[in-house]
Amino acid sequence: MIPAAFEYSRAASLDDALAKLRATNGAGKFIAGGHSLVPLMKLRLSEPKVLIDIARIPGLSGIRKQGDRIEIGAGTVHHEVATSALLRQACPIVSEAAAGIGDPQVRNRGTLGGSLAHADPAADYPAVMLALDADISLKAPNGVRTVKASDFFRGLFTVDLAADEIIVSVQFNPVKSAAYAKLYQRASHFAIVGVAAALGVSDGVIRSARIGLTGASSHATRLAEVEQALTGKPASKQTIEAAARVAGAKLEPVNSDIHASEEYRRAMIPVFTERALTRALERAS
Amino acid sequence: MSQVSMTVNGKVRKATVDPRVLLVYFLRDQLRLTGTHIGCDTSQCGACTVMIDGRSAKSCTIFAVQADGSEITTIEGLATNGQLHPLQQGFWEEHGLQCGFCTPGMIMAAVTLLKDNPSPSEREIREGITGNFCRCTGYQHIVNAIQHAATKR
Repeated sequence: MIPAAFEYSRAASLDDALAKLRATNGAGKFIAGGHSLVPLMKLRLSEPKVLIDIARIPGLSGIRKQGDRIEIGAGTVHHEVATSALLRQACPIVSEAAAGIGDPQVRNRGTLGGSLAHADPAADYPAVMLALDADISLKAPNGVRTVKASDFFRGLFTVDLAADEIIVSVQFNPVKSAAYAKLYQRASHFAIVGVAAALGVSDGVIRSARIGLTGASSHATRLAEVEQALTGKPASKQTIEAAARVAGAKLEPVNSDIHASEEYRRAMIPVFTERALTRALERAS
Repeated sequence: MSQVSMTVNGKVRKATVDPRVLLVYFLRDQLRLTGTHIGCDTSQCGACTVMIDGRSAKSCTIFAVQADGSEITTIEGLATNGQLHPLQQGFWEEHGLQCGFCTPGMIMAAVTLLKDNPSPSEREIREGITGNFCRCTGYQHIVNAIQHAATKR
């Protein structure tokens, strides 16, 4: 499959990338790992006239501690996230999700920023970013702004990212008692239903809960009813079972495709919610 | 057109390419390294797997221009002085192939697997080749071949 013709250039810095993008008058796209974009270009679903390669911009990739928070550069490949000693120790849900993306070759190339910008309805990272209440930093020619993950994902392949902006990094407070569980499509490893759960537990009580769901609807979303059912309750198997039972009950519409019917997805949301919550609670102790 | 320069199997190769040319076509058609195969052409089957800067990648999902300045290893670059690489030897000894179409990609994926994990369990081997499909027969002999190579190293 041969994509439509395009011009290619490599950006030396973020400012250079933004300037080059602006010069294309809307006809340009950034490419890093290219593992969402290149397949679309091969199918000619995307035909950018200019590709600006951001893969080697210094500082755009890497996982850093910033005070109490962790920052992951947008250009960080999934393999690096999956194997990061810092994340595996302090916030294992992120590594766990990254380790389940695609296959080893895909994880060697695909990036966090690419996944977030593309916002595939079945992508894993969006659910995790919702559960961690992550901040997503965006840079435009006139400055930097930060968007909450809960405001970033807006619809099918649609995010709060202006045509002149680039994702720079994500930041979040690490949560040890958090886990990601997914039912995945066997060939692509995309989520049919993916649930990311982050709990705040102290003195045997669930003080806070954030649950992100992916794969089930047009875009990743929080499961507020489950969060409410958990908050203030004893950190027990019974609490989790009761809370998971209502997971997704109010969700409309739910996806139906060749991989799973709406009915099946609806049945699986509570199952994987319970699995994610169980593992999150195990990590709390 | 773009100018690219990359080290392929230890040799610097400079060329002029159309930016839309995928790395796998560049390797096969321009450099005539036809050991890297094109299978599904949709980033799934892994037949086109090569190493880019020391890690496995699907060369059907990367434009040659993206690999400018990189070090590429293909199946042709594994043997040294006529001596098969331990993984090539393993596939030979354990009959790790039937038709052979997936073999170059399987071996390149396994090179990265053994680099990360020199003595993988059977389960880890199976996970390590999830990005590669064999449509002949099954995976048992492939797993045996990778185990053979791991114990020989």
